[in-house]
Amino acid sequence: MAAVAVAAPPLLETRGLTRVFGGLVAVSAVDQAVRAGTIHAIIGPNGAGKTTLFNLLSGVLPPTRGEIRFGDARIDGRLPHQICRLGLARTFQNLQIFANMTVLENVIVGRHGRSSAGFLSAMLRLPAARAEAQAACTVALSWLDFVGLAPRADDPAGSLPYGQQRLLELARALAAEPTLLLLDEPAAGLLGREKDNLADLLARIRSSGVTVLLVEHDMGLVMSVADRVTVLNYGKKLFEGSPDEVQADPDVVVAYLGAPEGA
Amino acid sequence: MEPQHLVQFAIFGLNIGAIYALIALGFVAVFSITGIINFAQGEFAMLGAMIAAWLVRAEWPLPVAGLVAVLAVAAVGALLELGVIRPAGSASIVTLIIITIGASVLFKGLAVMAWGPDPVRLPPFTAGPPLRVLGARLLPQDLWVLGTTAVVVVGLSLFFRRTLQGKAMRAVAMNRYAARLMGIDARRTSTAAFALAGGLGAIGGIVIAPSASAYWDMGTGLGLKGFVAAILGGMGAGGAVLGGLVLGVVEELCAGLAPSGFGGYKDAVAFVILLGMLFFRPGGFLGRVPGRGGL
Repeated sequence: MAAVAVAAPPLLETRGLTRVFGGLVAVSAVDQAVRAGTIHAIIGPNGAGKTTLFNLLSGVLPPTRGEIRFGDARIDGRLPHQICRLGLARTFQNLQIFANMTVLENVIVGRHGRSSAGFLSAMLRLPAARAEAQAACTVALSWLDFVGLAPRADDPAGSLPYGQQRLLELARALAAEPTLLLLDEPAAGLLGREKDNLADLLARIRSSGVTVLLVEHDMGLVMSVADRVTVLNYGKKLFEGSPDEVQADPDVVVAYLGAPEGA
Repeated sequence: MEPQHLVQFAIFGLNIGAIYALIALGFVAVFSITGIINFAQGEFAMLGAMIAAWLVRAEWPLPVAGLVAVLAVAAVGALLELGVIRPAGSASIVTLIIITIGASVLFKGLAVMAWGPDPVRLPPFTAGPPLRVLGARLLPQDLWVLGTTAVVVVGLSLFFRRTLQGKAMRAVAMNRYAARLMGIDARRTSTAAFALAGGLGAIGGIVIAPSASAYWDMGTGLGLKGFVAAILGGMGAGGAVLGGLVLGVVEELCAGLAPSGFGGYKDAVAFVILLGMLFFRPGGFLGRVPGRGGL
């Protein structure tokens, strides 16, 4: 896997990516490449700028400086829906499901970037719009099946337990058929068995050809599934390497645990 | 008071209430998507009625005139969003609401300039003698009002539940942030909400014009009543329809049962109900928490 990963061109690349909030530099001159076909984890202490980095990549926030390349396109400064349509989907640290919709409807909305029917054809229920709605429903169901939520398809999304809402967000993001999937703390709040299931899903997503970039605090999960790990600290890139290299790096240990006495 | 009088007031009330409901749905559509209370909503009804009456006077067949008027006012709604609301960009919601008040004044002024200050008439959609229902008179136009409103409400509900674009609009109403990250262009959704509000208002204005009269200032009262209906319904779509019908019936019953000479106070009824609602049940009578997400 590692040999393939190094040979592949980067799917996502940032150069000098910086975001300043007032006097706070949340993300500072980050150069980062994510290679296609890998699971790449970003770790770092709280406040290291991980979620801000995700917000820059997905277009929620414009960068203060620097550039972002995704595939062949420059995406810094583009709007979220435009970036989504280029094939970048994400989930959220704080769940952002559409609580008053059904589970299935949530996933159908996730496919919106793949739909082409306009308002008028939808209003008039033109055959093309109907066929598209039908197809979206079928695809959405298959993604619910993939994460194991198909039996809950018609339930209100807000009624799902927390762990299943995380899976719903995953299905919704996958329904966009992204080439790059950003997962913001997908294991937060999951129980042991649910974490094992997530690790299994992540491996299956990678083998289906989707590149995964995830922010995660759960080191067990990161070390078991990630091909590559980047460590952020105070908005700066501290280290990048394989999971084994990260665990062995003294700077990383200091960033997480603090400097030893007398050092 | 004879029972057939009560039935008659209820028929009057359901009729005007259906119009309030259509206008209230316009308020809900715009508010759910953009957070804006669009005070030009009543003027959409006025423009619909005036344009339809004007085209009919130019010898256009009524169905064509009505359809063109609805589409024209939907376009006016879209242009209001594209031309004025969107360029205001990140201005506060209060600023945007004041812009809609300005638009309302503008529309009234343009209507006086274009069509003069006098009421114009739109003929009833079909001629025919009134029907008798429990001793009360039910005009063919009343059936048009209730039937059109029912078709619009059902159609809208199907649009929001069954189509991808409808689901996208509901998604924006529930969570604009997440919806944008699903590839939904939230700006286009805002334009669509204003166009929808324009179309709904125009339909209301056109169907009520034969029983009331169409003139430049007819939107002021209709807009305020529609707003009250939307508040009664907790700014949700289902609640807005119910709110409109309840408001219309209560208003007409109060007017009918009031001692003679006090009938002119019927407009006050709506606002007394509004104040009572805001004091005692601010979420509307369906108990929805006021806020976005009411489609």
